[in-house]
Amino acid sequence: MSTYTFAYLDEQTKRMIRRAILKGLAIPGYQVPFASREMPMPYGWGTGGVQVTAAVLTPDDCLKVIDQGADDTTNAVSIRAFFARTAGIATTTRTAQASVIQTRHRIPETALGEDQILVYQVPIPEPLRFLEPRETETRRMHSLEDYGLMHVKLYEDIARHGHIATAYAYPVLVEGRYVMDPSPIPKFDNPKLSGNPAIQLFGAGREQRIYALPPWCEVVSLDFEDHPFDPSKPDQNCGLCGAGDSYLDEVIVDDAGGRIFVCSDTDYCEGRQAQGHRGKDAA
Amino acid sequence: MTPLLSVDGLTKTYGAHVGCRDVALDLFAGEVLGIVGESGSGKTTVLNCMAGHLLPDRGRVVFDTRADGPRDVLRMSEPERRMLGRTDWAFVHQNARDGLRLGVSAGGNVGERLMAVGARNYGRIRATAEDWLTRVEIDAARIDDRPTTFSGGMQQRLQIARNLVTGPRLVFMDEPTGGLDVSVQARLLDLLRGLVRDMGLSAIIVTHDLAVVRLLADRLLVMKSGEVVEHGLTDQVLDDPQHGYTQLLVSSVLQV
Repeated sequence: MSTYTFAYLDEQTKRMIRRAILKGLAIPGYQVPFASREMPMPYGWGTGGVQVTAAVLTPDDCLKVIDQGADDTTNAVSIRAFFARTAGIATTTRTAQASVIQTRHRIPETALGEDQILVYQVPIPEPLRFLEPRETETRRMHSLEDYGLMHVKLYEDIARHGHIATAYAYPVLVEGRYVMDPSPIPKFDNPKLSGNPAIQLFGAGREQRIYALPPWCEVVSLDFEDHPFDPSKPDQNCGLCGAGDSYLDEVIVDDAGGRIFVCSDTDYCEGRQAQGHRGKDAA
Repeated sequence: MTPLLSVDGLTKTYGAHVGCRDVALDLFAGEVLGIVGESGSGKTTVLNCMAGHLLPDRGRVVFDTRADGPRDVLRMSEPERRMLGRTDWAFVHQNARDGLRLGVSAGGNVGERLMAVGARNYGRIRATAEDWLTRVEIDAARIDDRPTTFSGGMQQRLQIARNLVTGPRLVFMDEPTGGLDVSVQARLLDLLRGLVRDMGLSAIIVTHDLAVVRLLADRLLVMKSGEVVEHGLTDQVLDDPQHGYTQLLVSSVLQV
């Protein structure tokens, strides 16, 4: 423990990242450039999220890390272990107990509170990237609120598939100003972005951007009048806990095409099972 | 009568090289103005300066806006200029690929300007796009095809549809028929002439092709070495050229 600075990063770096976070909170949805550091993990494994988490952690914090909703996958386990070793902080898998939650591609089902911080790992922060490859041009488009192109993408979806087929990283408009990529969370989670009492921070390590949603911030998913936003989910209940309101993963269970739907949020599912809820596939 | 566009003392230099010098012109509503000249005479520079793609060193470009009357475009803020660029103005590039989004379907290309000014009803956007594809003689059944699958002439027509969909009042065209074979050129010119007359458009057409201006332009500006050497009614300039360079230009055209 004594061989590391608290939470791995040196104090000047954390200071620099905190300044970027504060700026991001002051301008909701705006991508703040920051001097991303090399982290002891490959790009794409959450280097941005880890740096943001390192900058906001205090010794009293309790950290939860999820990857696609699960607490027990490689990415989640290794990042949790990383901070347990370099910051000596408490860790948990319980959403309600955590003060800082780092997440990859999900928002926990359990409602968050004002004393919590949600840190997202972001691969590509620029919502316009695949429509306009030039960074100079996308920046200008953001500064001039020139967002017609974003709807062109949704138009193309409807023209090709008959409905808006974007199912994750669904673009949102923050406080009526900036169009933002909510990181690759399923669009099912989009409504939870808006009016959330927790602080939501987004870190993109390779792309060197931080952006943020302050508590109770208004976030609207983009859509058309005659094709409104639909946070879809499978027409099923969780096979283990019977929950009908959570985001479900489809799991293949044998070679004969058997499948079950289970909550992607493992903590939520386990919590419900502990309360005695049972789904149709529960052993 | 207030001119729709009034340009005065427009000067642009590239270091020691002169792009254009002291260009002045007035364009009235419903009028088509041709700018001709050889390669490097500065006609595209003038067009780009007027359209806000290039910042001139000196001069004024006054546009008669719908809301506030005549305003100097060069002194407008960037958002205002962009708004103008996707509502009242249109720019048709020489190469359709510069003016189109090749990764987006024909319908999306036509709809982009509508969505940029706030259209949020898919059904209406699509209906408008279909209507415009028909108007530029593209089969409406190809609305979901990408422009990469279109021929050169179709791409150019698609670019025109994409630009005219918001009902602009002023269209800048940079060699609209360049790179097309003659029969396709003829159809495109026919189409353009029809659209310009029907919609009462004003247009500035830069070209080195005298046949294009003969067909489309009411008035003509002849440029050489960055300066306007002659201007007047199209037929007058072409049939009775006064300046030596214009005489050379007119006599250089092969008569078949």
